[in-house]
Amino acid sequence: MTRLSEKELRIAVLAIVGFAAVATIPLFDDGYYLSLSVNIALYAVLCTAWTLFSGPTHYISLATAAFFGIGTYTVGLGIDVLPFPVLLVIAAIASGLLAGLVGVATLRLSGVYFVIFTLGLAELVRQVVTWLQTNFTNGVGLYVFTDMGEKHIFWMLLALAAVVYVTGWLINRSRLGFAMRIIGNDELVARHVGIDVARAKVILFVVSGAFIGVTGAILAPRFAYVEPPSAFNPVISFQVVIMALLGGTGRLWAPLLGVIPFTILFDQISSRFPNHTSLLIGVAFMAIVYFLPRGVSGLIEDLRKVRGDFGSAAKAKEAVR
Amino acid sequence: MSSRSLLSVETVRKAFGGLVAVNDVDFSVKESELIGLIGPNGSGKTTMMNLISGALKPTSGTIRLDGEVISGMPAHQIARRGVARTFQLVRILPSLSAIENVIAGAVFGHVRAWGDDAYREAEVLLDRVGLGRRGGAPTGSMTYIDQKRLELARALASNPRLLLLDEWLAGLNPSELKIGIELIRDLREDGRTIIMVEHVMDAIRSLCDRCVVMSSGVKIADGSVHEVLSRPEVVTAYLGADDA
Repeated sequence: MTRLSEKELRIAVLAIVGFAAVATIPLFDDGYYLSLSVNIALYAVLCTAWTLFSGPTHYISLATAAFFGIGTYTVGLGIDVLPFPVLLVIAAIASGLLAGLVGVATLRLSGVYFVIFTLGLAELVRQVVTWLQTNFTNGVGLYVFTDMGEKHIFWMLLALAAVVYVTGWLINRSRLGFAMRIIGNDELVARHVGIDVARAKVILFVVSGAFIGVTGAILAPRFAYVEPPSAFNPVISFQVVIMALLGGTGRLWAPLLGVIPFTILFDQISSRFPNHTSLLIGVAFMAIVYFLPRGVSGLIEDLRKVRGDFGSAAKAKEAVR
Repeated sequence: MSSRSLLSVETVRKAFGGLVAVNDVDFSVKESELIGLIGPNGSGKTTMMNLISGALKPTSGTIRLDGEVISGMPAHQIARRGVARTFQLVRILPSLSAIENVIAGAVFGHVRAWGDDAYREAEVLLDRVGLGRRGGAPTGSMTYIDQKRLELARALASNPRLLLLDEWLAGLNPSELKIGIELIRDLREDGRTIIMVEHVMDAIRSLCDRCVVMSSGVKIADGSVHEVLSRPEVVTAYLGADDA
């Protein structure tokens, strides 16, 4: 349980090398490719954080925009007063707190009720923020002026991605991770083997929400001008779901397989068909659900299974270590 | 020691709206006793099991485990106090391997094992229920009896103080049934306290120390198997009255 297997070490080394290589991107380009890389890193973090909760529980959360916006607003409100790293921590706490409240109140809801609630929540938070701003402050938006450029944002996102992956990996090999797999299979059984289902779900929702909040905070300097429609943009929530499902939610690295192609595709669509972006994204979403119900990673696993895999006993042994 | 009652069910009632599924039922189970909970379909047996395991909360009445009131507790709390169960319709965790299914019972409940310990213990249990060396097998493709065995192993993994078997023998063919009965007999000889809801009368006769009979939510008999099964009201409950 405490020792790393050889396979895990190999993956860790590969991941570190990969991260280091990716971190050099800003040294080669600071225009289009860097901006595309920021988008990929952004969605990689969001989708992986989203999958921490939604992967094992199969609860589709559309609250991403709410947590993201809270992070962005934390920075917007505090940038002149507090140092940026402190704001990141506050963003994590604030969005984690919201996730905790929402979790306690709604995780008893299942299926479509939960989806609708989270969608409504994002909208509610946005309206509340708009109302507060129009009634108690002078403008609708906030200016975020920093000397941070795209490359700094990119590096921060990369660092956050590393933290998310390590956290996810630690959760997966913990009792909590095992509990989540059981819950994902059968909640009734989970309860009867002694799992506090509600508590496990709330913990994961908080972790996931906090990471999404930090992502929003990191992105704030990129917006320069923060206002509710951009910070609490519901499109973010939908895109995260689409990308994560495209990649697959069964593995920690799986969402990445959806994020990379989809971000590039989205970039192409929105630059070539700016007026039909929503339409084409919608079609892409339906195609993914229809043709790849378990995502790209599910497809890879199916292909592997066809080749014959009798090492599953060893794998199971590894899983509980 | 043997006279102490581990579980006591005191005037427990469960109503679903106007339907009283369990109507002020009393009974108790002593340590190391194996009792059969029998009765015709719809008599409230499974509801009783759900009340004990915490899947349902009683409308009124009290259930105690070793003196502690467990009625009203959430299911996971009851599980942690040592009540394990199998389900009437077998419930396997399909995306987990066989051994992980067993380990699931050993991690969060009455026993809180983890890592290599949990793994070794689960291997022993798989062996015991007749699934030795099949720990890595995908569970979806298992036969019905194998899934039932797996479920039993999962329940045993928590080293329960009270084991609830809800029609664990149902749906087995005659040769499987023999194996199943032997397995339960084995558990009994270990001194496990067990309540089994069962329709297979052969099993009840050969395994149970005592049985409780329910009909339409009411307890109609409680006593040694032989005596209880020959009582006229029990026969009537199962077969209907003479003039029916």
